Amino acid sequence: MRTLTAKRRGNVLPGFRLAMGFTLTYLSLLVLIPLSATFLKTFTLSWDQFWAAVASPRVVAAYKLSFGASLAAATINAVFGFIVAWVLTRYEFPGRKLVDALVDLPFALPTSVAGIALTAIYAPNGILGSILEPLGFKVAFTPVGVMVALVFIGMPFVVRTVQPVLADLEAEREEAAATLGAGRWATFTKVLFPTVRPALMTGFALAFARAVGEYGSVIFIAGNIPLVSEITPLIIITKLEQYDYAGATAVAVVMLMISFALLLLINYLQWRLTRFRSAVTA
Amino acid sequence: MISGATTAQPIATWGVRSNAREEPAWVRLGLIVIALSFLTLFLFIPLGTVFYEGLKKGWGAYLAAVTHSDAIDAIKLTLMAAAIAVPLNAAFGLAAAWAITKFEFRGKQVLITLIDLPFSVSPVISGLVYMLMFGAQGWLGPWLNEHDIKIVFALPGIVLATIFVTVPFIARELIPLMEAQGKAQEEAAATLGAGGFQTFWHVTLPRVKWGLLYGVVLCNARAMGEFGAVSVVSGHIRGATNTMTLHVEILYNEYQFSAAFAVASLLASLALLTLAAKTFIEWKHGREVAS
Repeated sequence: MRTLTAKRRGNVLPGFRLAMGFTLTYLSLLVLIPLSATFLKTFTLSWDQFWAAVASPRVVAAYKLSFGASLAAATINAVFGFIVAWVLTRYEFPGRKLVDALVDLPFALPTSVAGIALTAIYAPNGILGSILEPLGFKVAFTPVGVMVALVFIGMPFVVRTVQPVLADLEAEREEAAATLGAGRWATFTKVLFPTVRPALMTGFALAFARAVGEYGSVIFIAGNIPLVSEITPLIIITKLEQYDYAGATAVAVVMLMISFALLLLINYLQWRLTRFRSAVTA
Repeated sequence: MISGATTAQPIATWGVRSNAREEPAWVRLGLIVIALSFLTLFLFIPLGTVFYEGLKKGWGAYLAAVTHSDAIDAIKLTLMAAAIAVPLNAAFGLAAAWAITKFEFRGKQVLITLIDLPFSVSPVISGLVYMLMFGAQGWLGPWLNEHDIKIVFALPGIVLATIFVTVPFIARELIPLMEAQGKAQEEAAATLGAGGFQTFWHVTLPRVKWGLLYGVVLCNARAMGEFGAVSVVSGHIRGATNTMTLHVEILYNEYQFSAAFAVASLLASLALLTLAAKTFIEWKHGREVAS
C-alpha cells in the first residue's frame, strides 16, 4: 500500500483510501479473482488433457473459423467503415444526422436480437436470402453467415475511431497539396490517408478483437455445424453443457490469452494514435 | 464549386479553399451511395426486420407475445438485473474516476487497463468465470451447496454476469471527463473547509452529471441486452432465470418466430431510445461528455 499513498502528501483532497479501496475491492472480487480462477482451473488438467481439449480437430476448426471470419469481417469494416466515416464527416445529405446516430446501433442492440434478425434476412426464405440462394450464394448456416454477423457488430468500431480523425484534419494541408499541384487522388493517397491510417488500424483491431469473442449475433445465423460453422465461444458452451468444465476452461484460457494479446496490441496502437494526433495538431 | 475537376491547377489560388477539399460531384455521390447501401444492408434492413417480423401476424399476436406470463417474467428479471448492476457500476465508476483523476499513484495506467479488461473478454467467458467460482463443480460450489445458497442458475449469477460485462462503461466515460476538468475546484472547496463528501456532492457531481448519465445510458443498454454471459449462468429456467434476450432465443428455437421478434422489438426499441438519449446528451452537453 505504500506506493499507493506515497505521493499523497501535498494533496488536500480527501477520499483516496475510500475510493481506491472500493475500486480495488470491487474490481478484484468481480473481475480479477474470477478471471484468475479460470487460469487456475486449467492446472487441474495434465498437459496431455489440456492439449487434447484445445487441439482436437473440432476445436481447431472453430479457431480457424473464428479467426478467418473475424479477419474477413474486420477487413470489410475497414473498407466500408472508412467510406461511411468519410461520407458522414465530409458530405452533407438529407438524413445525415439520423444516419450518424444509427451507426451506433450494433453497440446498443442486444446481440441475440441482431442474430435472429440477420438469420431471418439471409435464410432461404428471407428477403435477401431468397434473392441470393437461387444465384448460388448461401449465407445463412454457412461460414459466410458468421462473417455477415461479425460485420454487423464490428462496424461502429471502425467508423467511430476514424470519424474524429477525419473531422480534425486541417484544411491547410490539403490546400497546400492542391496548391503544389497534387490532384485530388494524389492528395488523398499521399496526404489524407497516411494521417488517418493509424486510426483505421486501431478501428480494425478493435473490430477484430470484438468479433473473435462474439457469440449472440453469430450462433443463430451460423447453423453451428461442427467442423464447418461452429465458432470457438460455442465450443465453450457445448463443453459446459456436457459438464466438461475443465475442457471448456482450457479453450477459454486459449481465447483469453489471444484476447489479452490483442488488448496489448490495441493499447499500443492507441498510444501511437494519440501521439500521432498530438504531433499532427502541434 | 461542383466543377472541382480543375482543382489541381497550381496557380488558381482563389477558389482553392472550397475546391481543394472537394471531390467531383460524381465521386461524392458515388461514395454516399456506397456508404448508404452498406448501412442499409447491415443496419437498416436488420432493424426494420425486427419490427416487421414482430408485427407480421398483427397487433393481437404481438400483444399476446409481449404480455405472455413468461415474457412478463423475463422483462421483470431483466429490469431487476439492470437495476442492481447499473447503480453498482455507477458507484464503481465514480470511485475509480475519483481515485484515478484526483490523485497520483504508481500503476495508474495498469489500473485503467484492468478496468477495461471485461471489454476484451468474450461474453461466454464472462459467464464461465462465475460457473467456475460458484457452479456445482466450482471452487465454492460444495460450500454453497451445503449452505443452500444458489448463485448460478439463479438471480445472483445473472446479476454477477451482467456486472462483469458492464463494469467499464461508466468508469471509462468519467475518467477522461474528470481528468480534463482537473482538480482545482475540488481543492478550492476543500481549502475553504468543505468535507470530502460535501466537495464531491456539491462540486464534482454537478460537473460530471451529464457524463455520468451518458455512461449510465450505455451501461443500461448493455446490461439489459447482454446475452452470452447471462446465457451461461442462467440455466434457462422458464419464468425464473430467463431474461428478455434469453426468452427471445427460446421462442426462436421453438420456431415461434413472430413471438420471438415481438419480444425482440421491445429490446430494439430500448436500443433506439438509448441512441436517442445518447445523441441528445452529445448534442446538448457535448463539451461535458468526453468523446
